Amino acid sequence: MHGFANPTRFLAIARPVTPWLAAAGVLLAGYGLYAGLFLSPPDYLQGETVRILYVHVPAAWLGMGGWTGIAVASLAQIVWRHPLAGVAARAVAVPGALFTALCLLTGSLWGRPAWGTWWQWDGRMTSMLVLLFLYFGYIALANAGDERSGVSRATAIFGLVGAVNIPIINRSVVWWNSLHQPASITLGGSKIDAAILYPLVFSALGFTLIFAAIVLMRMRALLARAKVEARLRRMAAA
Amino acid sequence: MKAKHQRLVLVLLVVAAMIGAALLAMSALRDQAAYFYSPADIARLGGVPPGQAMRLGGMVADKSIVHEADGVTIRFTVTDGGATVLVRYKGIVPDLFKENSGVVADGRFGTDGVFVADTILAKHDERYMPPQLAGAEHKTETLAR
Repeated sequence: MHGFANPTRFLAIARPVTPWLAAAGVLLAGYGLYAGLFLSPPDYLQGETVRILYVHVPAAWLGMGGWTGIAVASLAQIVWRHPLAGVAARAVAVPGALFTALCLLTGSLWGRPAWGTWWQWDGRMTSMLVLLFLYFGYIALANAGDERSGVSRATAIFGLVGAVNIPIINRSVVWWNSLHQPASITLGGSKIDAAILYPLVFSALGFTLIFAAIVLMRMRALLARAKVEARLRRMAAA
Repeated sequence: MKAKHQRLVLVLLVVAAMIGAALLAMSALRDQAAYFYSPADIARLGGVPPGQAMRLGGMVADKSIVHEADGVTIRFTVTDGGATVLVRYKGIVPDLFKENSGVVADGRFGTDGVFVADTILAKHDERYMPPQLAGAEHKTETLAR
């Protein structure tokens, strides 16, 4: 990983990779959503409303995956002082919050026809809302520091500590009686029929690539801002 | 020991302690954080006094939904495989409310031991499939918990 520790070397790779990631992501997610809306069958129980899952599930995975990424980057920053770790974590926070909000929003829209309610304080929904607030806190803390591209040590510690919520979200439907059903896709296999599952594979992969492209773009923007500020400071001093 | 390794050990210890604390807190919250009580939970807690607001959840027992003469009141049995509770509800139920499917009801026990619901929510399981594949069976291992 320290091969990419040099921002110049990182940028040399990130710059050409970004558009390819974005294009592949849009294509895959576009096909996944098209297949999900028009090609896949309705559900035996829920009918057409089941199609919300093609956005809801990738959004939930990316919201949780985003914070997992922040936790790993925070560890790399605290232990190995990796110079790009803080930049990466800070870049992940905004799309992570966005997808978490998208998950809550689509979940609410789905809850009304399926369960009969927009919102209930059950374990899964509450812990997911906590994740959104953790993202808000992380973004505020990251922007409050005087680091130009990375994040302060306190922010990294917050990123690590906040990761406790991830296994809680995952287990919330197992530990406690909840309104939300347990996971359909586990290590043991999928409880979703193949005809309904395959668009989800495409949309999840596509949204993941779009997420990665956003992270690389934001990392480049953060590094560029630090460079501009350094140059302005040199010019002011000269 | 290099500083890097010291930091790694320290962080890993902190993370382990944090996860341990979270697990302890979560297991302590087991009953309080439950979204609903199943009929078995109610039996385990030694019953709930009449009039106390609570949320009941479980499966709607097979062939248990009865429409009363007024046309808007229904009665049905909530079961978790073992214990059962009789529920009465006046109003419109969600589309997914049906026999052998999950249900969550807000309400309170009457003095006659019947649970009077103010709100009915439907809980579905984690399986999704096209209509032509849906068998007659609609069992779930997850709702009975």
